[in-house]
Amino acid sequence: MEILVCARRVPDTSENEITLNSTTNDIEREELVYSVNESDNYAVEEALQIVDRTGGSVTVVTVGSEEDEEILRREMAMGASHGILLSDPAFTGSDGRGIASILKAFVAQGHYDLILTGVQADDGAAQVGGMLAAMLDYPFASLVNSIEVLDGKTLKVSREIEGGNKEISEIDLPCVLSIQTGINEPRYVGMRGIRAVASLTIPTYGASDLGVDASVVGKAGARVQRVDYYVPALGKTAEMLSGSREENIDRLVELVAAKGGLQ
Amino acid sequence: MESGQTVSQMSSWLDSGYGVFLVIHFAGLACFGYIVWRRLVPLLRAQSDSRFDHPLARLGNVVRYWFGQWKHPRYKTAGVLHILIFIGFILLVIRSFSTLLVGVSSNVLSPGFPGTAAHTYGVITDYAATIVFLCMLVAITRRVIFRPARYAVPARYGKAHTADAIFLLGLIAVLMAADGLFSAAVAAGQVRAGFSQDLAALSLPWLLQSALASVSVGTLGKVCFGAYLLHEITFYFLLCYRPFGIQFHVETSLFNVYFAKLDRGTLKPVRYGVSDERLDQVKSFGVKTFEDFTWKHMLDFYSCADCGRCSDNCPANAVGRPLSPRFLSIKARDYAFRHYPMFGKAGNGTPLMGSVYSEDEIWSCTTCGACEQECPLLVEYIDKVIDLRRGMIDDGNVPQSLQKPLKALESRGNPYGKLEKKRADWTNAKDFQQTCKVRTLDKNGASTLYFVDSITSYDDRMQSIARSTARILDNLHENFGILGSAERDSGHEVRRFGEETLFMDLRARNVDAIMASGVKKIVTADPHAFNALKRDYRDVPPVEHVSQLLARAVDAGEIKFHPAGNATDVYTYHDPCYLGRHNQIYDAPRQVLDAIPGLKRVEMQRSRDRSFCCGGGGLMLFYEPKEEQRMGVKRVQMAAEAGANVIVTACPFCMVNIEDAIKVAGLEGKMTAIDLTELVDRQMIRPISTATATSGTLEVERGDSSLCTTSTRHF
Amino acid sequence: MTPRIFVYVGHKNGIADDCAVELLAAAKTISPITRPTAVVAGCGPEFDRVCESLRSSYAEVWKLAHDNLAYPNAELIRKALLKVLPSNNIVLVPHDHFGIDLAPGLSIKLNAAFVSDVVQLEGVEGSALNAVRQEFGGQVSTHVRCDLASGAVVTVRPGAFKPADNMLVSGSVIDKSGELGTLTSARRYLQTLVAEAGDVDITKHNVLISIGRGIQDKDNVGIAQELADVLGAAVSCSRPVVDAKWLEKSRQVGSSGKTVKPKVYLACGISGAFQHLAGIKGNPFIVAINKNPKAPIFQVADVGIVDDILEFLPELTNKIREMQSVTAK
Repeated sequence: MEILVCARRVPDTSENEITLNSTTNDIEREELVYSVNESDNYAVEEALQIVDRTGGSVTVVTVGSEEDEEILRREMAMGASHGILLSDPAFTGSDGRGIASILKAFVAQGHYDLILTGVQADDGAAQVGGMLAAMLDYPFASLVNSIEVLDGKTLKVSREIEGGNKEISEIDLPCVLSIQTGINEPRYVGMRGIRAVASLTIPTYGASDLGVDASVVGKAGARVQRVDYYVPALGKTAEMLSGSREENIDRLVELVAAKGGLQ
Repeated sequence: MESGQTVSQMSSWLDSGYGVFLVIHFAGLACFGYIVWRRLVPLLRAQSDSRFDHPLARLGNVVRYWFGQWKHPRYKTAGVLHILIFIGFILLVIRSFSTLLVGVSSNVLSPGFPGTAAHTYGVITDYAATIVFLCMLVAITRRVIFRPARYAVPARYGKAHTADAIFLLGLIAVLMAADGLFSAAVAAGQVRAGFSQDLAALSLPWLLQSALASVSVGTLGKVCFGAYLLHEITFYFLLCYRPFGIQFHVETSLFNVYFAKLDRGTLKPVRYGVSDERLDQVKSFGVKTFEDFTWKHMLDFYSCADCGRCSDNCPANAVGRPLSPRFLSIKARDYAFRHYPMFGKAGNGTPLMGSVYSEDEIWSCTTCGACEQECPLLVEYIDKVIDLRRGMIDDGNVPQSLQKPLKALESRGNPYGKLEKKRADWTNAKDFQQTCKVRTLDKNGASTLYFVDSITSYDDRMQSIARSTARILDNLHENFGILGSAERDSGHEVRRFGEETLFMDLRARNVDAIMASGVKKIVTADPHAFNALKRDYRDVPPVEHVSQLLARAVDAGEIKFHPAGNATDVYTYHDPCYLGRHNQIYDAPRQVLDAIPGLKRVEMQRSRDRSFCCGGGGLMLFYEPKEEQRMGVKRVQMAAEAGANVIVTACPFCMVNIEDAIKVAGLEGKMTAIDLTELVDRQMIRPISTATATSGTLEVERGDSSLCTTSTRHF
Repeated sequence: MTPRIFVYVGHKNGIADDCAVELLAAAKTISPITRPTAVVAGCGPEFDRVCESLRSSYAEVWKLAHDNLAYPNAELIRKALLKVLPSNNIVLVPHDHFGIDLAPGLSIKLNAAFVSDVVQLEGVEGSALNAVRQEFGGQVSTHVRCDLASGAVVTVRPGAFKPADNMLVSGSVIDKSGELGTLTSARRYLQTLVAEAGDVDITKHNVLISIGRGIQDKDNVGIAQELADVLGAAVSCSRPVVDAKWLEKSRQVGSSGKTVKPKVYLACGISGAFQHLAGIKGNPFIVAINKNPKAPIFQVADVGIVDDILEFLPELTNKIREMQSVTAK
């Protein structure tokens, strides 16, 4: 099975708080460490596991700039056969639809039985997979937390729905799936593995290579634009309730209800 | 001559068996040769190992650990038994060989010995054989009736080895009995011929000879012949059977001890003979198949005597983690026997992980070294565990809980993923800044580097250790500084979790920063950092643990303490593995404690080189082991049993684990933990000027007495 | 001129989802005068009841009844919507597992802009819709401007919009089922596997009753569970509780446990070690209840109460039970 995984490089913010940079109207990126988006990494692992079972190859693609090669190499160190960078100044500022259009143009040039994305990027909107599927007229399933290859034409997939329940469906290939974290246990990629692929050339395709319609990509083509970043005001010192137990309970119930904790 | 008479009589008794004996000899030796050859096959396919250097040191080990049986008395009963048996065997070597030869060649009863010497040797060996025989009976009794717990085989590791052990012990007993009976028959023949016998009084041969007193000469001949045959068959059977089980160590132990690792505490390189620069060209890291072990590690597997001392001391085993060092050896040996059969071709190298070992088993080890400390045969475990981890890391087979900190170490130089620039934040605590300013080193800034390492830099609780250490260094007038944001994790645990490449990267960054700082020596309060800088790093200035520095200061009278406050407090010192076992620093911290007037200190039963690991440091804090209990909880209970209510340690990881364990054990309020540096910081008498000064003037006065208040500049 | 607003309403067992009123409130924040249209898909008598029930809050309820829509398969519902929805409108969809499935593709097929997981809407300005989203697990918010020229599909975070006071309307159900024709999809729903009891996923709960060592004994875990039951919450815990085997590992919040992003987090008898706090993300409302007034948890909590949880929690549970029985009446 030929599998394409769409991945993204995002700031790793799990341990470090995000601060704002007022001059760039952006988050402070100087000290952030970037890595592959978590659920994308699960998608690559899933693709590798499927290929282990059925044969074929895994290609990882990202839309971005040279800096983003880093994640392609990481995924190649994991076992992906190819890493492709889609990069063009015209792509800068694309919204989700723009990104999906670029990916669609790339997909149209090859042949993929299965396209995987992560469910959502940390700074993303859980949108590209579904959009890409619609553009390609492929069936789509989001929040996938298990994949079983039934035959060459069909998959049995499970989606994570409310309360930890699983929605089981059959889906015809080719299709697009967005992968939920926890679907597998991604393998570790050490420095050694990355070094081994450090010198490989990553093929890069621009707008003209892909034949992307310039009107839908880039800042100009974006219908949705981020205006600014801001930190919502919040007072982070505990309000100590010092009344009687009964008073405390009443006040607490009030507060919790206000925060949507009472149904 | 008596002996001439005896020999001729005995020769006539044995004459008829000449052919048989000769056949047994050749068959036995041929079998043994073939078996040993087959056992050597995997060693020839194994990875190389550098064990041919320092012959004198190695001979020293042989004298001490093999010949001197140095570690055996750590277990009293088994140790004494073993020493007796060992001495017996050594003494009996010549007698055995001469006995073996006597059946096929006359005049060899006491080859080369003059009369008196032969007689003396005879007496000694009569007793030796008797003692060995009795030891076998005792050993069998222990195995059958007393059944020491450490010999038990948990169900997950297969069947008990008791039957095999008893069988082998029994065979030795038979060998001794046959030898005794043979001697007795010969001696009885002598007596019958009118000579006196010279057997040692009350020895086994002597007793048997007495029993044969009324037996006819003809029967004596048959007894002599039978005993001889039994001796010879038993001897060769044992020789050829031992390589199939736990008694192979009789043959291999000498080599195992000679080739044992000399630099304990240091990890083996990924591949012997491959420099760090060329490591990238090595196709596969670590041990994935059996053949990835070095020949010495395979020899370890053969040499393990299944005595169970390693696992008896293993903290992972004690808390029910799926690890028992004994079975690391036994399982590998079983694998070797299966895949390298006596006949036919060797099997293909199948992955060990998942078949012989489980991932959890290999991640469960805290590398505390208790197993290696105990092993009488100097079997190595840590290097094997690390090599297996290297293999798993290389295959990407790493628990998710460890991937996050490993990635953070790669990107941020600490396992928490905290910002580099916050590494020196501990120096900014308000109260602390008023008393001690710690500077970040630039070129030629100070003579001493305080290497803080990640946990002490970032963990709120452990930062107190950093501040205490800084105040101590300041008080001792050390001209010191820190690397600040240029410091990276020492990588000690990174390396011990098998991530060699990441470790090398961290090391390179630290070495650059250390060399750029121009310091002459390094001090740390973290035994893991200490061990890394001392053993894993090269070409850096000498490193000391702060306890060594303190012990010297105590000796020199440079530091004095206020009396310990609370008279009801009883202190006990917990030896951190990487200070104690791996670096033999046992006395320095105790010396410092004992210098505090009125401090009451007790020892836990498991202390010094038998210290019980707190649960492990570094990445082990992120690993989620399957265990019935935390090691720390067990340790805290040991402290309580010793009657202590304050546990002093000298390692931030011990502090994490022990403080947690105090809570889990429900001993909060009854037991506390304190780091040596914190205790010293609390008790030390500061210079009068500072002790009486207000905080405002303190800075000024300290400014000229120490170099603690110079500029701070980041790299 | 604000475009027409459609609200997709999901339902279950004959009852419309909470999002029906929340999305109505969201629509009102786009334009207070808007009279949004509810769109519902399904089949059978229960479905009819849903349509009827929506008449009290929506002026128009578009009913898409089709045998193949018995289970809300987003692939089929998208096709159904495309057959009935006019273009150049705003379509609001809840940002839940269904909305994530449906909406991005819907926006492409409608040639509309797409804004996802909106937590606040700030009205229409010219031909742009201003919305607020969160990024990086809620650590920062961002204003987003969405071009409405060819309409927009907007997914709305459940719970972000407070249902407006009941402005009862008597709307009408408009049956659009006739326009659906045949509906097939290359993704076929087979079944739903219900999570096993005890298999609670604490990462998926909005309210967590998290217990620490202060719970003191395994038998006391029930106290927290009772509170969780009345709140529809889950019980989570800190590491010592797992170590003591009072709860299974899957309940543990922290760096060595789960990372949770609830809205409300009741830390009961938890001291608040860094390792534990590392597992709490998304800036929830943290309530700390601890006997020890110096417990570090109070430094990060929004509200703190110094009390013994073993006495406090049962009383809290009773209080909420009382309130619920009053509202039920």
